Amino acid sequence: MKRRTFNKILGAGLLAGVAPTIIRSASAADPFGVGFIYVGPVEDFGWTHAHDVGRKAIEAEFGDKVKTTYVESVKEGPDSERVIAELANKGNKLIFTTSFGFMNPTLKVAQRFPDVKFEHATGYKRADNVATYNIRFYEGRYVQGVIAGHLSKSGIVGYIGSVPIPEVVMGMNAFILGMRSVNPNARMKIVWVNAWYDPGKEGDSAKALIDQGADVIAQHTDSGAPLQVCEQRGVVGFGQASDMASLAPKAQLTASVDFWNPYYVRRTKEAMEGTWKSTDTWGGFNSGMLVMAPYANMTPEAEAAGKAAEADISSGKTVIFQGPIKDQSGAEKVPAGTALDDGAIAGMNWLADGIDGQIPS
Amino acid sequence: MLRLEPRGAYSRWWTYASPVLAMALTVVTSAIIFSILGKDPLESLYVFLVAPLVSSSGLPELFVKAAPLILIGVGLSLGFRANVWNIGAEGQYTLGAVFAGGLALAYPDAPALLLIPAMIVLGCVGGMVWAAIPAYLRTHWNANEILTSLMLTYVAQLLLIYLVTGPWRDPEGYGFPQTALFSMNATAPILVDGTRVHLGVLVALLAGILGWVVLTRSVIGFQLRVLGQAPRAARFAGFSQNRLIWLSLLTGGGLAGVAGMFEVAGPVGQLTPQISPGYGFTAIIVAFLGRLHPIGVIFGGLILALSYLGGETAQIDLGMPNAVTGIFQGVLLFFLLACDVLILYRLRLPRRAAGGA
Amino acid sequence: MDQVLVVSFILSVMTASTPLLLAATGELVTEKAGVLNLGVEGMMLVGAIVGFAAMVHTGSATLGVLCAMLAGMAMALIFGILTLTFLANQVATGLALTIFGTGLSALVGSGYVGTAVPPLPKLDIPGLSGLPFLGPILFGQDALVYLSIAAVFAVAWFLRRSHRGLILRAIGDSHDAAHAIGYPVILIRYLATLFGGAMAGLAGAYMSLAYSTSWAENMTAGRGWIALALVVFATWRPGWLLVGAYLFGGIMYLSLYVQGLGIALPSQLVSALPYVATILVLVLISRDRTKIRLNAPACLGRPFHAAG
Repeated sequence: MKRRTFNKILGAGLLAGVAPTIIRSASAADPFGVGFIYVGPVEDFGWTHAHDVGRKAIEAEFGDKVKTTYVESVKEGPDSERVIAELANKGNKLIFTTSFGFMNPTLKVAQRFPDVKFEHATGYKRADNVATYNIRFYEGRYVQGVIAGHLSKSGIVGYIGSVPIPEVVMGMNAFILGMRSVNPNARMKIVWVNAWYDPGKEGDSAKALIDQGADVIAQHTDSGAPLQVCEQRGVVGFGQASDMASLAPKAQLTASVDFWNPYYVRRTKEAMEGTWKSTDTWGGFNSGMLVMAPYANMTPEAEAAGKAAEADISSGKTVIFQGPIKDQSGAEKVPAGTALDDGAIAGMNWLADGIDGQIPS
Repeated sequence: MLRLEPRGAYSRWWTYASPVLAMALTVVTSAIIFSILGKDPLESLYVFLVAPLVSSSGLPELFVKAAPLILIGVGLSLGFRANVWNIGAEGQYTLGAVFAGGLALAYPDAPALLLIPAMIVLGCVGGMVWAAIPAYLRTHWNANEILTSLMLTYVAQLLLIYLVTGPWRDPEGYGFPQTALFSMNATAPILVDGTRVHLGVLVALLAGILGWVVLTRSVIGFQLRVLGQAPRAARFAGFSQNRLIWLSLLTGGGLAGVAGMFEVAGPVGQLTPQISPGYGFTAIIVAFLGRLHPIGVIFGGLILALSYLGGETAQIDLGMPNAVTGIFQGVLLFFLLACDVLILYRLRLPRRAAGGA
Repeated sequence: MDQVLVVSFILSVMTASTPLLLAATGELVTEKAGVLNLGVEGMMLVGAIVGFAAMVHTGSATLGVLCAMLAGMAMALIFGILTLTFLANQVATGLALTIFGTGLSALVGSGYVGTAVPPLPKLDIPGLSGLPFLGPILFGQDALVYLSIAAVFAVAWFLRRSHRGLILRAIGDSHDAAHAIGYPVILIRYLATLFGGAMAGLAGAYMSLAYSTSWAENMTAGRGWIALALVVFATWRPGWLLVGAYLFGGIMYLSLYVQGLGIALPSQLVSALPYVATILVLVLISRDRTKIRLNAPACLGRPFHAAG
């Protein structure tokens, strides 16, 4: 072909190749970019879904002044580092990394992008531009335990555990403490699914626990399968991370709902105004980040006790991990008159008395 | 009906053209899938296939992602040639990471010059140990290596979870299921400043070249090829089938183990429950894409790494679901297998001669 | 031990075993015809999501199950075209089917994570279902459980006693001889492959509509591979398939049940039991080479090309 034609085609090709980047950088100047990286899909009805609700709250609050981007189902590990870096590269100034496994990748990327602010959920490492945040889920577990104590006839609760980490362990301990505050002989049976989301195994675990006499089921896994089994078997249970009543209208008593909205909106405002600082936030009932789903399927007495427990924890009247507390072997872990501090709670790796099951030491 | 007529011999031209045709067909199919998903096909293809390369960290990241795929793929390609189907590379990768990681945790202050090579060796050993089990079961008990090696991947993953949740858990890690971060001495050295390109990338490329040399120029390589193509001839020639089975599985396992070592000593930096996004299985596609030829595997690994990076970019830029990557890879493999028929057979349109064919 | 708890234990095992049995029965027929389809896991996953989606959109369990079977057959058709018409390597194609099926099901399923459907209706035969102990077990489960058991007997009869079954076995044992006699080798293999796909799709539908009534990526968690192992375990004899499926379903359920008893074993070790058991069983069965040679279809996995 003629040289002129070739040059035209080459020019057009180069322009077409470069065009997307030109167009993108023109519009990047204005809205404040907020990025999110999720470990699961946004419709998972649980953990990730709640974060996405928070993201939409930011959009609702700030309208055109922000532009949010999210990437879902990112596996923890080396890939996440690349995705976080991409989000920072694309001009996002505040990035939420919503799973524990993103901790080290977040820190590595934060070093390369000192002007970008990072918020890491459920982690424990911070930097000048990396903050951490979490919810005191165990407060909700205590309330669930109180309700279970009133309702359980067999006195046995079946608890479906995901992975034996402190967050799960403290939830189990808080539950049994709440339950025993009503029924001192209550017991808990545990099954570890070794995953956060596995409906098949979760459902089977619920069946196994019910087969072994539990008539209340609690879970620290993310699917609705255990509640569905409860519905079929005529027992009751608690939902996890979001209100699962639509899945099991006759079985769900209440659920611990993650409510990230107030924290997300506040931090975005601070980042936009330049007042953002690296902090560690661990919010419970009184911060508005933890909410219990509407109570259902229970006696008025249980409902009143649950609500009272919520109020007492929120006001500080009830301190959950206050001694005396014994562990499974009978040894006293928390002496009478003392209470565990946040550090001891965050590293909890022992099971309280009343729990049948074990965690690796 | 289209008929297939044997050529009588391998077509050299189609041996190289078939993967190219398969890739072209895959690109077209992907464009169609993107349209169905409601995205502009040309823009989507650009974002998926080109954008990752032109972005600032694109090319180095491509090699970082491709390194484990190439390492495992080279090992698998040698075994598949001999009709030894090692499907358990994922588990061998995990065991290699575990062995190497264990050393890194036990001796964090040993000098890097000693520690890194020792970790490589241990990673290789770990993978070989895990591959030795299906090898033994196949040669002594006649158990199908596909199923045994695959079942072992589940066991390996559970072993990893057990170790990082229990005995090897970081005591300062607030009880989370992970080991301590590996020390600087135990971290794979970075070869290109400002990128994540580490020693493993170089090792992967070297493995490809070495694998090519072994396959084409050594007696063992010759025996592997004959065993795959003409098992009876191999038996008549006295090639020990058992020895070749052991060799195939141990090579595949050893290389997968080294891949595991470099991933945890490099990009990951510790042992956690998620050290592989399925490299052991994707490497099977890489091996086929590379025509079971170690040099081809290098290219196959780069192409598949591109599909991973493209999937991430497509999510960020176009909001595409991340399962698109898996579809692309599966479709690619299908077309590869279909186009391969053209190597041995030619397509013939039905004859319209009188009397019918 | 409390009778109610024993019954509910047995019921839980039946639920766990049914998908294994369904998928393995289909694969057995496919292999008896000489075709080795390793894509069972992929076909199950596609069947699971298609059946689930159909149930979500139409509310009809029957439609869900039928759509799942069709989806499984569609996947099997891809396999058939590649291996029976294009003569591609059966092992590689089966693996490709698994990888593709896993990705496709994840893609289609991403919009359904978190949705739940009511489970398959259980049979309620007046008089029989209410019987103590035997009632719920024999007459109170959903239809697919009993269908899976009936299918085993139907397949056994088909293979052993019917003329068509004999042709299928002949093709699996010696496709050249069967072709010489005039049997349509490729056609019968296609049909056998499609049957395997339909059963795998059915197994997947059971997973998402009865076993767990929701969808999760990779929800079969290796059951397709266990089904393949079961066919070897049963040395290609349908009756033994029933034994194997229930044995494995039992082990899978037990590995969770045992934890609740508070036994002092790491949970990961117990979770590994089904997979280790699969390996052990394979080894024990395979070591008798003669038995394998006698019962395995001689032409298993070998492509057939009619000369001329």
